[in-house]
Amino acid sequence: MTAAGGQRLPPPRPLSVLLWRRFREHRLAVASAWVLIGLTLLSGFAPVIATATGIDAGEVDLYNRFAGPSFSHALGTDELGRDLFIRLLYGGRVSLFVGFAAALASALIGTAIGLFAGYYGGRLDAFLMRLTDGVIALPLLPLLIVLAAVDLAKLGLPEALIQSEDVSLYRIMVIISVVGWTTVARLVRGATLSVRERDFVLAAVAQGAGGVRIVATHILPNVVSPIIVATTLSVGNVILFESVLSFLGLGIQPPIPSWGNMLSNAQELIWTAPSLAFYSGMLIFVTVIAFNFLGDGLQDALDPRAVRR
Amino acid sequence: MTRFVFVRLGETAVVLTIMSFLVYALIGLMPGDPIDIMISSDPHLTAADAERLRALYGLDRPIVERYRDWLEAALRGDLGYSRVHARPVLEILLPRLANTGVLMGLSFVLSVVIALPLGIYAAMRPYSRADYAVNLLCFAGISIPVFWLALMLIILFSVMLGWLPAGGMGTIGAESLGDKARFMALPVLTLTLASIGGYTRYMRAAMMETLRQDFIRTARAKGLSRARVVLKHALRNALIPVVTILALSFGTLFSGALITETMFAYPGMGRLIYDAIMGNDFNLALIGLLLATLVTLLANLAADVSYAWLDPRISYRRAGAVP
Repeated sequence: MTAAGGQRLPPPRPLSVLLWRRFREHRLAVASAWVLIGLTLLSGFAPVIATATGIDAGEVDLYNRFAGPSFSHALGTDELGRDLFIRLLYGGRVSLFVGFAAALASALIGTAIGLFAGYYGGRLDAFLMRLTDGVIALPLLPLLIVLAAVDLAKLGLPEALIQSEDVSLYRIMVIISVVGWTTVARLVRGATLSVRERDFVLAAVAQGAGGVRIVATHILPNVVSPIIVATTLSVGNVILFESVLSFLGLGIQPPIPSWGNMLSNAQELIWTAPSLAFYSGMLIFVTVIAFNFLGDGLQDALDPRAVRR
Repeated sequence: MTRFVFVRLGETAVVLTIMSFLVYALIGLMPGDPIDIMISSDPHLTAADAERLRALYGLDRPIVERYRDWLEAALRGDLGYSRVHARPVLEILLPRLANTGVLMGLSFVLSVVIALPLGIYAAMRPYSRADYAVNLLCFAGISIPVFWLALMLIILFSVMLGWLPAGGMGTIGAESLGDKARFMALPVLTLTLASIGGYTRYMRAAMMETLRQDFIRTARAKGLSRARVVLKHALRNALIPVVTILALSFGTLFSGALITETMFAYPGMGRLIYDAIMGNDFNLALIGLLLATLVTLLANLAADVSYAWLDPRISYRRAGAVP
């Protein structure tokens, strides 16, 4: 533009830079992101750390139970004399993995249902939304407890899977995804309903694009923001559900450590070793609050109408 | 309005029926069946006896048939017996439901009484230091694992300070109200702390949204004091979504009560359901779950109705339509 003064507008900044600048303003969200990266790295490298320090997470040492923090055991030992710090790292692997995996799976289910309901509308929409309302209305925790207590052998699953040590891991991811998709489904449906009427979608229809193509290339990219925000927030919720189920003995089964099942014995031990109850719960708390702040920050950054802080 | 309530009641009945089938099927999928338990308690039973018993109790029939029979009996008011307690399930459930009601009611009232003023206070000073502090508390409240919060409170008040009992419902023999209160204190505190955060956030968000409206500017412009505008004009409008969300959060509150009861050995519904599931008390678990579902569904219905009742701008002419 060569206007009267010859002034030139600065070149437009890429979207990612704009988003990053807005995200950066939410300081708690930025701090949370760092905390989460740190926790993920620490638990991701748990085996490396274990090898480097020469501590075996599963090694029982009954002569050295409830030991206080020392040079060889940074946070002391638990009721079986196992190193608490290394077990917390391994527990973090499990809890974070379940959190990410189940949140992603819920997001996929929710997105599919939301897109279908929003784009095709009509009876399908009414049915899917009634289903969503129904699931939202349920008392979740008792339902999750029943789902967690289901005998997999009666479902006719292969014996090898049922006997495998990791089955409690998969089971918890499946049951949380089965009930966790509702928020994303609602958000995606709402966003789809408004995007569906926009001119570029009409143009695509006029050009003869099919439903799948329109949904995949024109609608989905425009409903990504609420999906990202809701998924981030749901990682925290999943970790809370996983921890309480594992704590009640219905989630991740020992010997696999998770932050929840590491607290299972804590209640009997509060008189002898109250500090044992502290660490893994604190880690759950910090992780969940970090995911909630991160989601809040992402919402502020991604939603142009969000109130600026 | 009446029509709307009836349609929603009908929907509630449908959801409850579907749930009853799902839970019936799921409970059938839990490890072991009643006959297995009989076998393990009586080693003289032969395989043939077991088969005969299965046929006698109809356990060899397809699940849909068994469900139909159960439903017919349930509709006649025959909800069956608890295996562990050997008494009709309702006889066991109802007193427990009352206990849970006391726990949930006290915590709910306490957290609302604290959360609403806190939310309003924060909304009146957005982005101030006080607002940030309240916001931080809210995030802490929604992020804390309830069972861990309970553990920490037990360690603080029972183990370290020795002020309050760590669990149970009363000292044996002591029937005074003061004694009961001592036992209730920690469970109520736990559930209250776990609920305040969410409620405060709703109140703050709703109040901030309302304070942006034109009629608030008008009220201020005609010279009303800020306090009067907030408490008289804004609050009534801001409370509409809050009341609804409070009713909708009933399921979460119940989940919290289940954990709290389990942690404090409090004889309520939540703990009963948990014990029933863990102890293979199929019938008790089934009815307990359905009762919990029914109460939650009714709370949701109350939320919808309260929305229409509180906000005259909303019409439910097209009942059942998805907004």
